[in-house]
Amino acid sequence: MTADPRAADRRTYLPLDPSLAPPGTRGFRDAGGIPADQWHADQNGETLVPTHCCFCGVQCGMYLRVDRGGKVFGVEPRNHDINRMRLCPKGINAYQQVNHPDRLTAPLMRRSRDEDFREVSWDEALDFTVSEITRIQQAHGNDAFGLLGGASLFSEKTYLVGKFARVALKSRHVDYNGRLCMVSAAGANKLAFGIDRAGNPFSDILLTDCLLIAGSNVGECFPVMTQYVWGARDRGASLIVIDPRETAIARTADIHVALKPGTDSAFFNAVLNVIIEEGLTDETYLAAHATGWAEVKATVAAYPPSRAAGICGVPAEQIVQVARAFARAPRAMAWHARGIEHHSQGVENCLSVINLCTATGHIGKPGAGYGTITGQGNGQGGREHGQKADLLPGGRSIMNEEHRRQICEIWGIEESELPPAGTSMMEMVWQMQRREIRGLIGICNNPFVSLPNYKVVKAGYDATEFHAQFDFFLSETAANAHVVFPVTTWAEDDGVMANAEARVVKHNKAQDPPPGVRTDTWVMCELAKRLGAGDKFAFADSREVFDELRIASAGTVNDYYGITYERLEETGGIVWPCPSTDHPGTPRLFEDGKTYHPDGKIHMQVVEWHPPMDPYDDEHPMALTTGRTVAHFLSGNQTRRLGALVEQTPRPWAEIHPSHGFRNGEPVRVVTRRGSEVFPALVTEAIRPDTVFIPYHWPVPTAANALTIDALDPRSKIPEYKVCACRIEHAEKIDEVPAPPVAPGHIAYPETQVSRTDPLPPTAPQGRGTSERS
Amino acid sequence: MMGRTIFIDPGRCIGCQACVSACRECDSHRGKSMIHLDYTDEGRSVASLPTVCMHCEDPVAPCAEVCPADAILVTADGVVQQADTTRCIGCANCVNACPFGVPKIDLQAKLQLKCNLCYDRTAYGLAPMCATVCPTGALFYGTLEELQAERPGVQVADSFVFGESEVRTGVAMVVPADRVQWPVPGGLPVVEINGKDVRR
Ligand code: SF4
Ligand code: SF4
Ligand code: SF4
Repeated sequence: MTADPRAADRRTYLPLDPSLAPPGTRGFRDAGGIPADQWHADQNGETLVPTHCCFCGVQCGMYLRVDRGGKVFGVEPRNHDINRMRLCPKGINAYQQVNHPDRLTAPLMRRSRDEDFREVSWDEALDFTVSEITRIQQAHGNDAFGLLGGASLFSEKTYLVGKFARVALKSRHVDYNGRLCMVSAAGANKLAFGIDRAGNPFSDILLTDCLLIAGSNVGECFPVMTQYVWGARDRGASLIVIDPRETAIARTADIHVALKPGTDSAFFNAVLNVIIEEGLTDETYLAAHATGWAEVKATVAAYPPSRAAGICGVPAEQIVQVARAFARAPRAMAWHARGIEHHSQGVENCLSVINLCTATGHIGKPGAGYGTITGQGNGQGGREHGQKADLLPGGRSIMNEEHRRQICEIWGIEESELPPAGTSMMEMVWQMQRREIRGLIGICNNPFVSLPNYKVVKAGYDATEFHAQFDFFLSETAANAHVVFPVTTWAEDDGVMANAEARVVKHNKAQDPPPGVRTDTWVMCELAKRLGAGDKFAFADSREVFDELRIASAGTVNDYYGITYERLEETGGIVWPCPSTDHPGTPRLFEDGKTYHPDGKIHMQVVEWHPPMDPYDDEHPMALTTGRTVAHFLSGNQTRRLGALVEQTPRPWAEIHPSHGFRNGEPVRVVTRRGSEVFPALVTEAIRPDTVFIPYHWPVPTAANALTIDALDPRSKIPEYKVCACRIEHAEKIDEVPAPPVAPGHIAYPETQVSRTDPLPPTAPQGRGTSERS
Repeated sequence: MMGRTIFIDPGRCIGCQACVSACRECDSHRGKSMIHLDYTDEGRSVASLPTVCMHCEDPVAPCAEVCPADAILVTADGVVQQADTTRCIGCANCVNACPFGVPKIDLQAKLQLKCNLCYDRTAYGLAPMCATVCPTGALFYGTLEELQAERPGVQVADSFVFGESEVRTGVAMVVPADRVQWPVPGGLPVVEINGKDVRR
C-alpha cells in the first residue's frame, strides 16, 4: 500500500505463510491423477475425489468434495490435461444433483397409466417388469420388446445395455440417445476413414494456423474447449465460424459465415470448388492417400460460389475467403458439431468437410485434421460397445458374420441366437405407434423432451403396454412409465467414458448411493437373472464388466484391450486404439498416412446438396433451428433442477431478428407444421432475419421439439433438428413454465441484496441468458 | 498491486457465467456470487463482460475511504477485504462509493459483502475460484509477465477515469493493443441532471 496517512489508519492483515496451508486436500488440489488408495481426508475431514464432469463430451476433470460423513458437498477444479482447472457452470453445479431432494429413492410402480405411482420393493418392481416382458414376448415375439439406452452412461453400462438386449431380452430392438447426437459424424468418419472418432486431440487446436468451426456453438455447448480456440488465436491462427447465429465464438472470428440452416454441404462444395479453381489442392497427398477424388472434383464443379451464395444466403466473396484461408494455411483444422450433423443430410455435410480436409492435405498432422465435438459425456464411448442398433462391442457390425461369430464366442451363445440389426431410436417410436413394439425399457434418456415431433413421441409411448424407465430424477418420460427404477448418479459408481477426442477417462465413486438406490449394472443383472440369463450377467461391479469389454474389443478398430482401470488412474486418460497394456494410446490418427480401410486410403465421397425435408412455403417461410444454452444440458432433466442454472437461464426463448418488428420480451408464437408454441422474443441482430432459434431443454408447453420435424438422415437416422419451416406471429401471452425446484447448496438471495447496479428483475431473457442480478 | 492479480479480458468472455457459479462455490461466501456479468451491447451482440472487485488502491479504495466504521480493511498485498463483520454497520456507503458497482448489502444481516480476491485461496497460492474455472481465460490470475508470456503483445490498463477522478486498481483490464489509452475512461461524463444541462 501507499504511504498515505489515511491508508496507515487501516489495520492490515499479515500475508499468510503458504506453508501453513492445511495438509491433505489442499496439497493435492493441483495434482492430476491420484490413485484411489491415496485419497485421504484433510484435518477437516474433507476428501477430494478425482473424477470428471458428468455432462458434455469435453469430460473436464474435477474433484468432488466429500465431507467426513461420506457425502458429496462441493466441487473443486482439477488440473487435468483436458481442462487444466477450467469448468463451465454445468460442471460447477453438477455436484448439487447428487444429494438433491428430487432424487428417486425407491422403485415406483403402477399397473396402468390411469393409476398413481406407488413406492414398491425392488423385488416387486423387478418381478412385475419381468412378467410383463415375458407376457409381451410370448404373445408377440421377442422383438416386440425394445430397449433404449443412453450416452450419459459409463461405457461399462452401455456394453451391458447391448448385451442385455441381445442375450437376455433376445430382441433386435436396442438403440440409444447418442442417435440424436453425433451419429452423422460417426457414419461419415467410418465411410471416409474406416474409423469412427475425431482425428486429432484438442491440444492440436493450439498448433493450428486456421481453425474452421462448423455448426458448433463452442462457447455455450463445449465452453471449456474455448481455451484451445483462444490459445490458437493467441498464436495467430485465423478463425472461421459457420453458424446462422453470431455466437460468442463467431463474434470474434476472422470470417463468420452466417449461412441459412440446412445449406452446409452446398457451402462446403463451393469452398472446395474455389480451392480447385485456385489450384490450392494438395495433389501429391491426394494421389498417395485418397480414392474417389476425380468423382468429387467433378461434382463440386457444379457448385461455383455464385450458385452456392444463392442457396446459402451468404456473399460469394465469403466463400472465396474461406477457401483461401483454409487451403493456404500451413496447418488447418475443421471441427464440427450438431449444427451440420442434425440434418436429413447430416452424413453428407460431414463428408463435405472431410473432402475439404483431404483435398488440402490437412489430415493426420500436428495442428491439421478434423474432429467432431460430442454433445453427451459418453457420446463417443456410448456407441463403441454395442448399444447402437447395428453395432456389436468393439464397433463390430451386427451384419458381419465374422463379427457375429466373434462376439457369440465371448458371450457364450449360439450365432443363431444373436438377433439381427434393429432400428433407430426415432424409428422405434414409430414402431411403438404401430404397435410393432409393445414394451420398452428406457435407461437414462428423456425422449419426451429430446426427440423431435413431441406429439408422435407421446403417442408412441402411450401406445406401449408396458414401459419401464431407469433414472435418478422423475423425467418427463419416466412420468409416463409403469415402472421407474431409481438408479445411481455418476458420483456413486466407477466407470469410464470416452470424450470427444476418444480419450478414455475414469470416473471414480465419491459417495455411496442413497438407501434404496441401485446401480444400473445391478438392475440389468437382476433383470437378466430373472429372465433366465443370470449366468451371462454375473457381474459384481463395473470393473468386471470393463474387463469383459476390454476382451470383447480386442483386435477391433475400437481396441480397448490395453486400457485398464489402474492405467487410467495413473494417467490423464488413454486414447483408443490401445491394443496392449504397454501401448500409449493413439491421440492423433493417420500419422503414417494410413486410414483404417483395408487399402489404407481415405475414401472420398461424392456429396450433392438437397433442400431440407420440411419445405418452405408462404405459410412457413422461415427456418426454425434449435440448440443448447450454456446453463442447461440436453433434455434438462438434470440441470432444470439446479438453482444456479435455473436462475441463469430460467426458460426458453425465441431468438429473432429486429426486422420482424417485435420488442424484446414480447410474446411470439412460433408455428410449424407440427404445432405452435409461444415464447418470449429475444430480439437480436445476432441471428439471420430468415431464421428463428429456440433452445430445446424444456418440456411442453415450451418445447422446441414439439415443433421440430421427425425427418431422418437416411444413413445415420439422425433427426433433422436443425432446420424446419416455420412462421412467427404476435401472441397474447407467454405459456407458463412450471417453476422448477431449487437445489440445496444454492441459497436464493436476490431479494435480500441491493446494489447500485442491480438491473430490475428481467421480464425476458437478456443476452443469451438473464443478466446476473446478484 | 500488480503482483499476482486478476486480469480481465472482455474480448475472450463467452458469457457462460462459470465465474458466477464458481464464485458461489468459494468458501468465503458460499452460496453467494460476488461477480457481475454485464451484457454490454444487448440486442446487437452477445458480448459480455465480467466485473470482479477491482481492488482499488488510490490511496485506499473508494469503498474503504468512505466507510464510517473503518470496516473495510486492506491487506499488505493490496487486497481490499470484504467488510469486517464485527465492524460493518450495513450503511451502504461503500455501495455508493464504488465506481464499479461491486459491494452488496445483505439487508437481513445488515452486512456488506464483496469479492475479497478469494483470500481463503490466494493466501495459500491458489488462484481465485472465478479465474481458476473461467473456460476462456477472460479472467486470468497471475503476474503480468505470465499473462504476456501466454498472450504475446497483450496490453493492460490499471487506471480508470470517472468524470474528473482517476482510480488506480489492483486488478487490471486487457485493452485493445492498437488503442491503448492511459487511463481508460471508466464512465460517461455527466451531462444532464433532472433535465438540466450541468456542463460548465
Ligand atoms: S459440461 Fe462439458 S465443458 Fe462444462 S464442465 Fe462439464 S465437461 Fe466441462
Ligand atoms: S467464466 Fe469467463 S468466459 Fe465465462 S462469463 Fe465468466 S469471465 Fe466470461
Ligand atoms: S472495486 Fe469497488 S469494492 Fe472493489 S476496491 Fe474498488 S471501490 Fe472497493
